[in-house]
Amino acid sequence: MRKAQCFLLSCTLLIGFVVHAQTSFPVNGVADERSGYYVFTNATIVKDAATTLSSATMVIKDGVIKAIGKDIAIPKDAVTIDCKGRYIYPSFIDIYTDYGMPVPQPGTGGFNFFGPTQFNSATKGAYGWNQAIKSEVDAYRSFAKDEAKANSLRELGFGTVLTHIKDGIARGTGALVTLANDNENFSIIKEKASANYSFNKGTSTQSYPGSMMGMIALLRQTYLDAQWYKQKPPGEGLNLSLQAWLDNQSLPQIFDAGDKWNDLRADRIGDEFGVQYIIKGGGNEYQRIKEVKATNATYIISLNFPQAMDVEDPNDARFVSVSDMKHWELAPTNPAALEKAGIPFCLTTSDLRDMKQFTANLKLAFQYGLSEQEALNALTKTPATALGVYSQVGSLDAGKLANFIITSGPVFNEKTQIIQNWIRGKKYGVKDDIYDEMRGKYKLVLNTVNGPVNYTLDFKSPSSASLIGKDTVTSKFYFDGRQVRINVAPERRLDNNLRLSGMVNGTQWSGTGEDSSGNRFTWTASYSGALAEKVDSARKRPSGALGKVTYPFLPFGWEEGQAPRQETILVKNATVWTNEKDGVLQNTDVLIRNGKIAAVGKNLQANDARIIDGTGKHVTPGIIDEHSHIAASSINEGGQSVTSEVRIADNLNPDDINIYRQLSGGVTTSHILHGSANTIGGQTQLIKLRWGANDEDLKFKGSAPFIKFALGENVKRSPANAGQQNRFPDTRMGVEEVLTDAFTRAKDYERSWKEYESARNKKGMTAPRKDLELDALVEILNNKRFITCHSYVQSEITSAMRVADKMGYKVNTFTHILEGYKVADKMKAHGANASTFSDWWAYKMEVQDAIPYNAAIMSRVGLNVAINSDDAEMARRLNQEAAKIVKYGGVSEEEALKMVTLNPAKMLHVEDKVGSLKVGKDGDIVVWTDNPLSIYARPDYTIVDGTIYFDRLKDEQMQKLVDAERSRLVKKMIGEKRSGAPVQQAIPSYEIMHSCSEHMHSHGLLVIDASEAGD
Amino acid sequence: MKKILIYITILFSLSVNGQETVYPAPRQVGTTVITNATVHVGNGQVLNNATIIITDGKIAAVGNNISIPPGSTQVNAQGKQVYPGLILPITNLGLVEIGAVRASNDVQELGEMNPNIHSIVAYNTDSKVINTLRSNGILLANVVPEGSFVAGQSSVVQLDAWNYEDAAYKTDGGLHVYMPSLLARPRRVRGAGPQQPDEDPVKEGLQKVDGLKDFFREAKAYYNQSSHTNTNLKFESVQHLFDKKQKLYVHANTVKQMLVALDFVKEFDFDVVIVGGSDSWQIADLLKQNNVAVILDTPHSLPTLNDDDVDQPYKTAAALHKAGVLFAISDEDGQTRGRNLPFNAGTTAAYGLSKEEALQAITLNAAKILGVSDKTGSIEVGKDANIIISEGDILDMRTSQVTDAFIQGRKIDLTDKHKQLNERYKRKYGLKDF
Repeated sequence: MRKAQCFLLSCTLLIGFVVHAQTSFPVNGVADERSGYYVFTNATIVKDAATTLSSATMVIKDGVIKAIGKDIAIPKDAVTIDCKGRYIYPSFIDIYTDYGMPVPQPGTGGFNFFGPTQFNSATKGAYGWNQAIKSEVDAYRSFAKDEAKANSLRELGFGTVLTHIKDGIARGTGALVTLANDNENFSIIKEKASANYSFNKGTSTQSYPGSMMGMIALLRQTYLDAQWYKQKPPGEGLNLSLQAWLDNQSLPQIFDAGDKWNDLRADRIGDEFGVQYIIKGGGNEYQRIKEVKATNATYIISLNFPQAMDVEDPNDARFVSVSDMKHWELAPTNPAALEKAGIPFCLTTSDLRDMKQFTANLKLAFQYGLSEQEALNALTKTPATALGVYSQVGSLDAGKLANFIITSGPVFNEKTQIIQNWIRGKKYGVKDDIYDEMRGKYKLVLNTVNGPVNYTLDFKSPSSASLIGKDTVTSKFYFDGRQVRINVAPERRLDNNLRLSGMVNGTQWSGTGEDSSGNRFTWTASYSGALAEKVDSARKRPSGALGKVTYPFLPFGWEEGQAPRQETILVKNATVWTNEKDGVLQNTDVLIRNGKIAAVGKNLQANDARIIDGTGKHVTPGIIDEHSHIAASSINEGGQSVTSEVRIADNLNPDDINIYRQLSGGVTTSHILHGSANTIGGQTQLIKLRWGANDEDLKFKGSAPFIKFALGENVKRSPANAGQQNRFPDTRMGVEEVLTDAFTRAKDYERSWKEYESARNKKGMTAPRKDLELDALVEILNNKRFITCHSYVQSEITSAMRVADKMGYKVNTFTHILEGYKVADKMKAHGANASTFSDWWAYKMEVQDAIPYNAAIMSRVGLNVAINSDDAEMARRLNQEAAKIVKYGGVSEEEALKMVTLNPAKMLHVEDKVGSLKVGKDGDIVVWTDNPLSIYARPDYTIVDGTIYFDRLKDEQMQKLVDAERSRLVKKMIGEKRSGAPVQQAIPSYEIMHSCSEHMHSHGLLVIDASEAGD
Repeated sequence: MKKILIYITILFSLSVNGQETVYPAPRQVGTTVITNATVHVGNGQVLNNATIIITDGKIAAVGNNISIPPGSTQVNAQGKQVYPGLILPITNLGLVEIGAVRASNDVQELGEMNPNIHSIVAYNTDSKVINTLRSNGILLANVVPEGSFVAGQSSVVQLDAWNYEDAAYKTDGGLHVYMPSLLARPRRVRGAGPQQPDEDPVKEGLQKVDGLKDFFREAKAYYNQSSHTNTNLKFESVQHLFDKKQKLYVHANTVKQMLVALDFVKEFDFDVVIVGGSDSWQIADLLKQNNVAVILDTPHSLPTLNDDDVDQPYKTAAALHKAGVLFAISDEDGQTRGRNLPFNAGTTAAYGLSKEEALQAITLNAAKILGVSDKTGSIEVGKDANIIISEGDILDMRTSQVTDAFIQGRKIDLTDKHKQLNERYKRKYGLKDF
């Protein structure tokens, strides 16, 4: 009850005061300047997560903390507020909001394979070329307080936020503002407090970039352009976007990455240009905590945890994957995982479906291991430090802003309430219902004609009180701090009902009443003691064991510490397809040691080896797929006809089940190509199918750089909706000119750099603009990057070679090349390799003359020929596709197998490492149950670098584990629903599949083609 | 192999251009005898060293110790494998020439209720795709219209014909219904925010199905009266579903979709065939109980869910077999146009079926489901002589080389556009046959 003092005193001082002295703003009436001079005494003051003072005093004046500590002299002219039993904390800071900002309307931009292309920015003014680079935008210019939003944040304990306009890849600057309901002039603490970036084009309607790798390339190029712009290059004119970009570099840089892999992608961009971003994560950082830690970034983490799904119907549950369910289970562990890993992080209210979830989800995070101390840091010191404003906010210290909260207990306790939220010395009542202070037992006396009747009233809340007489009965109760009404039947008899009405005078209440018979009486009530306090419930721990994080975070992934390891492996007594001059060897052993092939021969011995009995089995080199689109977050950057600046390597995605599925089909190496949406596509990446590795470790180290080109129907966008194709070229004639033009520009570019670099005196010279697009083409001209060119008909094949001849480069590989058989002699003269389908045809006009004899003819004419998949399904049967070349065209079985092993290795310039069973090459082999060219052959083992990544027996065991994990999670989700927690409808685990965007291979019910997904 | 290549070379010297000179074979005259054959009957049986007698386009005799009629044409199948002609049970053959070229497509009519659409009338016997299928042993195909709901009627054709009337093997054998997706729609791929689908696709889909049931109820009532003031072509077109002269093909993959399809068995007693059936392994016993057959679409597919057995699509056929469900295998791949039917079946033999069972799924079972097993699907006396001869196992691309094919006893020309282009460019480069 004594607590109420604090309240009652402050209640009288509710009205805001202005903390500013002189002002240009006129006053209507009489000036009422107040300095807001307060002393808070007897409080438990948590200055910061590490420092707590008990029975301490804090003095504030003019919106600033003047003094804080244990033995502070209490100024006479300050209002004293007794905070006995209260806690004072620095108020929270959220550095990822768009508070008070205009909400951008989502754009319809992006490259649409079927619609028109927008080449230029739609932003009017002297800005840069790309509409998604909005570095010139300053949040503080648009800031307008929003009391409704501010109030909901204040209720959670926030006092300061960083706000920015969430629109664009470069989003300009963010402003640090308070949540005061005050003139904006005083709300803005720091007008330019951050520079913000994201992987989201927002409202940009421009086609480029239309992919993750395009966004990365755009950011990289913009960093380079900004450097170049410093010289004021005459050709550029005024570019306000680049100017602002440069100006913004000195600010804290915040990148909204939004996913664990994107975190790493953003960080790599930063590393390249000497920037350490503060990264807004995606809530799934726990799935790759080591990699996330290695970014050395401070993270901003949302408490938006996925809602449970309604999986009671097994037919709905059928389509929800174990990974989605497990993420639901483990998402609340994300903050704790970051803490455990020692990664500094801030918490944000961003992305929450409802602000109220913040508190609930924070509690959930505590249950899953987050410490209160770290949570407090994440809401105060860490964000303030990240922004470099810790001298102003983030702790309670003299000189800092008087931004603090007063709570009824330790701030994160279950029952603790935030009572007041002070911003710049101005009080905002969060729980102004003072019932909390008035609650308790009251002695109620009814002065009836028959004399006084005594009851006890248990006043629990403004709408709940029980009357205790002979029985304890619940009353209909109303209490608003001033008025009180009680409606109750003390003996539970409806015919004896009492209706009381009165006024509250502190702890003494009095009023009149009437019983059912109409008898009137007076009554009084007085405070007699506290209610039996319920002990604050202990933090609940999640029940039952949690699922384990697996690598990758997919079914069939491996748990920490159970990664498949490199072993010494001896396959005994198998039929061995060496792809070397020895040919196929019967009853032969293969020894793999240290990840390399150590020996191929008879009666090999190795004491330390795992022995695989190869009797009746066949051993081949691992399959190499020259044309694949798996394991990447985007494939096509079609916003322009030349996009040699984009790199598949920038957006590898190890969380692709197709890696595992293809291992089960014997694939060990895949060439991940850009799509065929444009003439000069992006840079490719060769990977090894190291299931569970991170994006960097998927890469085939030491492989030659390649780039994808494309010709024909896709490039001229024949599938585009009628009348919507406006991107040059629209014919094969135009395609030829795109190539000629690109390489002509590349040559000029190379020359201009050479001239610049060789100039003795660079004074007065402007350095050429470093152009990532042309850099890649210069590499091609210098034989440092190789082309794999999507192609079909003979005219385009020939003309591509003629442009190459003229410009002085080679087309290393023609891929698809379904009419290669018509010009195989010309291709041979050019020195091109051919990578084709076995038997695809008749799905589009340019494949009407495709024949399954193509590979055999090209091979017999003397070309190096590979069979590729371009398809996640077919890739796991590439051995069968090779076998078709025996059927169609009669090549030998050994030659056919080479078309999916040694031949692609040659055309990818990695034949010194893979493709045959030669001592010293990588230990990439497949053990088959049968002749590998037979439909009946299944891999028993697929081994990469001497590591068994697919083992058929282990696969069966893992399937059981996956099934068990599924049922555990389904049960848990159903439990969640039955416990009354809100659930959402079961959402099937759809997957986006990337392709060349041309053929119509169906991949099942849950696969969405990337082009349909608007990716 | 050599023989046929020489044959092609000779043909080529006569005509170099396209398959326009690959003539449909004339009616069989006299008797043709296949000798020394390993006969895969199509019903699971294998006859070694057997003889097949073909007269009037029919199989007159098959077995051992059969005397060869004098004057007959003999085909020595020594060392080879003899099979019934393969049946592609679901295809857009002859309706789609080149998928991406709209003008070459006659496969999907406008509207959702098209029971009166007949695929046969648009079937193009001069499609360049046809002969490439014959080269892989496919001699019959069920030509199916596509649609968003009730798409129309399919017909079985034989693949050696001058025109569609010639080709028709069983006209309007069944009505095709594409079951609405009963899956919640994909969430918005980008951006945060609530992941709620906009509407309930299950309810929406079931409403559609209820509409179809109403249609059948009204159609049934309509037949109770022989003359009508207002003739309803849609009602008239489904009459034979009720007397089981036609099948109802329900294109469905999920359990819910297939369970809905059972309504048509339970209320109308239709002969229902599930087409697609990727999740049919989950309710195989129910399908069996309701005598619902399955045409399994393209086993060379990816598993539905990440969690699924990586080989599930390969194993589904064996699961259906184990439960006793009548099933066939189809190959609807848009890039290869059905030519890999035998290899799709072969894969199921690597994952649980015997080779003869896998063969049966593309021969006799397909014939049973399509309602033509009285005429074809196996090498048995009285049936049409639809027969192929292969150098080796037809189900394995490593050995599958079709050397001879007979449709209704007519020895057909196995030249196709691909072989012709192969010859053309072998000539350019001076490449010899092996």
